[in-house]
Amino acid sequence: MVGVSAAAALAVAPSVAGAKPAGTDTPVTAKVSLTVNGQRRELELDLRTSLLDAAREHLHLTGSKKGCDHGQCGACTMIVDGRRINACLTLAVMHQGSEITTIEGLGQPENLHPMQAAFIKHDGYQCGYCTPGQICSGVAVLDEIKAGIPSHVTADLNAPMQVTEAEIRERMSGNICRCGAYSNIVEAMTEVAGRKA
Amino acid sequence: MKFDTPAGRNPIDRLKVVGRPTDRVEGHLKVTGTAPYAYEWHDPRASLAYGVIVGAGIAKGRVSALHLDEAKAAPGVVAVVTHENAGPLGKGAFYVQRFLADPKVDHYHQAVAAVVAETFEQARAAAALVRVDYVSEAGRFDLAAQWDTAPVPPESASGGPPESVVGDFEGAFAAAPVRLDETYTTPDQAHAMMEPHATIASWDGDRLTCHTSIQQMNWGVRDLALTLGIPKNRIRLLSPYIGGGFGGKGTVQADLALAAVAARLVGRPVKVALQRTQMFNATIHRPATIQRIRIGATRDGRITAIGHDSLNGNLPGGRTEPTTASTKPFYAGANRWTRLRLATLDLAEGNAMRAPGEAPGLMALEIAMDEMAERLGMDPVAFRVLNDTQVDPMQGGIPFSTRPFVECLRTGAKRFGWDRRASRPATLRDGRWLVGMGMAGAIRAAKIATSGARVRLDGRGVVTVEVDMTDIGTGSYTIVAQTAAEMMGVGLDRVVARLGDSDFPETPGSGGQQGGPSVTAGVYAACLKLREAVAQRLGFNSDDVAFADGMVRSGNRAVPLGQAAQAGDLVAEDTIEFGDLSKRFAQQTFGAHFAEVGVDADTGEIRVRRMLAVCAAGRIINPKAARSQVIGGMTMGIGAALMERMDVDKRRGFFVNHDLAGYEVPVHADIPHLDAVFVDEVDPTMSPMKAKGVGELGLCGVAPAVANAVYNATGVRVRDYPVTLDKLLDRMPDAA
Repeated sequence: MVGVSAAAALAVAPSVAGAKPAGTDTPVTAKVSLTVNGQRRELELDLRTSLLDAAREHLHLTGSKKGCDHGQCGACTMIVDGRRINACLTLAVMHQGSEITTIEGLGQPENLHPMQAAFIKHDGYQCGYCTPGQICSGVAVLDEIKAGIPSHVTADLNAPMQVTEAEIRERMSGNICRCGAYSNIVEAMTEVAGRKA
Repeated sequence: MKFDTPAGRNPIDRLKVVGRPTDRVEGHLKVTGTAPYAYEWHDPRASLAYGVIVGAGIAKGRVSALHLDEAKAAPGVVAVVTHENAGPLGKGAFYVQRFLADPKVDHYHQAVAAVVAETFEQARAAAALVRVDYVSEAGRFDLAAQWDTAPVPPESASGGPPESVVGDFEGAFAAAPVRLDETYTTPDQAHAMMEPHATIASWDGDRLTCHTSIQQMNWGVRDLALTLGIPKNRIRLLSPYIGGGFGGKGTVQADLALAAVAARLVGRPVKVALQRTQMFNATIHRPATIQRIRIGATRDGRITAIGHDSLNGNLPGGRTEPTTASTKPFYAGANRWTRLRLATLDLAEGNAMRAPGEAPGLMALEIAMDEMAERLGMDPVAFRVLNDTQVDPMQGGIPFSTRPFVECLRTGAKRFGWDRRASRPATLRDGRWLVGMGMAGAIRAAKIATSGARVRLDGRGVVTVEVDMTDIGTGSYTIVAQTAAEMMGVGLDRVVARLGDSDFPETPGSGGQQGGPSVTAGVYAACLKLREAVAQRLGFNSDDVAFADGMVRSGNRAVPLGQAAQAGDLVAEDTIEFGDLSKRFAQQTFGAHFAEVGVDADTGEIRVRRMLAVCAAGRIINPKAARSQVIGGMTMGIGAALMERMDVDKRRGFFVNHDLAGYEVPVHADIPHLDAVFVDEVDPTMSPMKAKGVGELGLCGVAPAVANAVYNATGVRVRDYPVTLDKLLDRMPDAA
């Protein structure tokens, strides 16, 4: 009943007043309002629906991938209210009113985000399945460094934070790429960071 | 076309498009999340239901009772598929695993039921309400316990004879002045591709269409037909995008079989993905091995005897891991003996994972070579150079088609700075790090097989290629397009490559690193036919026509290519077939891997600091994608060296660490900049493309290079993969 308590905590009124536990009666659903890639979306969702499944199965935004469904691979990474998160580890109803950017919102095939273009140029991918998560993470990581948020490998917390290969590798380690494009991804991110600076 | 004599000069040799490091043609779709993978096909008209599989909670025995009432009564549930309502289910021709306990249970997490409901959440919740009673039987889960008793298996269709002998191994080994006799173990490994096995199945009358994720479309159709007991021509499989495979998606797995069964049962399309936690025990994996290697040599380092005895386990009828494949042709030596043995284990099926045979075989052999070099007081590179052979010592001395192994070794040694390696282990320090260098050789069979293609030219001059080949991240779309562009004399922007549809001409698909060379050769053959059709349509003498820059030229006439299709599309189809060149020449790919590691002198923590691969694989059709294949193999090889192992619970009989937190694969922080280069060569005995595959070569030899570097850093020899710090700590050199 995690869904119900989480929903209650966020003061979302279930549209079906259900005191019975889910699994024995009609599922409890709630109206959820999200801003996804700049568009307001209203959904009626099972309280158990993850943010990832809300995007993939309800909004048909399948760019965010399901690799493990429990926060171990990073393929589902989205940028929510400015921070990257594993969308499989959070329920959609916990994001009432959130601003969500998925890979589809970063850029489109004819209008690529610089990080997307850099991944193509440096071949920072192979099968492509972890790629949207890597790119969302990559964009957010550069913002985190710019914002001065430290990582495990940040040596000097008082000095201006640098985009080093060690920082990129540490911060990107929640995004697994089994094809093994890491070396190329670091090069893509380094190039984008340089362009920004 | 039949390819039975080595290729001469042909249009590919112009290298205007082929051989160039072009970006992937489908890249813009992958980086924007718009490439559709199996679970993601959306048809607003379809009344789709969701299936969630329930896996067996025992390793061996049978289901004695299924309690389904609660699950069936749960909200949204449409049906519960079990052996009681699934109908008879066969199995495929490649895997021995069965897709549903019936009620016999063969291995842990074998599917017992699939719950179908209106939504994923409902199906998942109801799956948790399925209760199963089992009667357990004792199983066999301990490979090492069968070392003394396991038999030699019958010869398999693909692996060659399980035992091979040249000369008198025992006699020569006993007489050799310098000898090595050591045993190595490699663990059960998981493919752990990022996209879980997934299928959307829908029936239209007796015709079945499945969006799925498999590497070999022809095997998939064959095996699904066998499983369901229906003719192949009623099945269409679509896998245009596959989120990694590494051999683990060769053909039908439980998601595809049960989605098809469920969709038939409920009369609606059903989508099923294996949960990540099910993948490790419910599908196939690379089986653990125990390998005894014996090498005898003269005092000046010439190998006189080489022996390799290898054991793995499998479900009854399962395949033997051909670890000796690399030992047979790699090094010289007049007296040779190799043997494979197969134990019976009641664990999930062991089967192909990237470079089956060579990858685990070289993990053992290339440590043994390192140890032997040390016993001889020789440099490991020099020892390998000395024992190079230009003929296959196990195949009656037939010549290698090309074998620039020594060039790989020498180029790598120079580029890596091998001369800075300390020959005595545990003598180089960098602060708290003990630093070492290691290297290993690589060899992997260069297979090639019958492959078809269809090419279409339209009035705009656009060439469309259709093949049932898959792109699992390898670059198939791009090299297919490059081949057609080169042949038809157009730019890549005038070519459309369509892959992953079982209705397209048959290819070997992605496996055994034969996909790339085979499929491009098939496209070459079809394009030759299209060139003839174009010439004929334009009234040219087809012997004297040039295709370049989007134009067709003959004598003084030059016509835009598209003009040949003004009156209607021109379509050509052909299949390339291969003669006996693979019997007249030993066709292999070669490489050399170099690694530098740091080992924390106090904690034993191992970090790879840099790596280099030098590879020889014939013509490299796209150096950018090929390099990515190699650095991807190096990444996977670092995993094999340092972290990857499925742990067997020998009491209950299953792989314990069955998710991505417990089964550790390399992450960004584990991988330094990786360097990979290719030897400049072509192999005319392979095909008109003169190319070989490279995707599996990139993994071969990586893990032992890292293991040898750890030895060089610490002086601690680990023969039991993965090389983890607990195996170093009690033998580490004095930190003071």
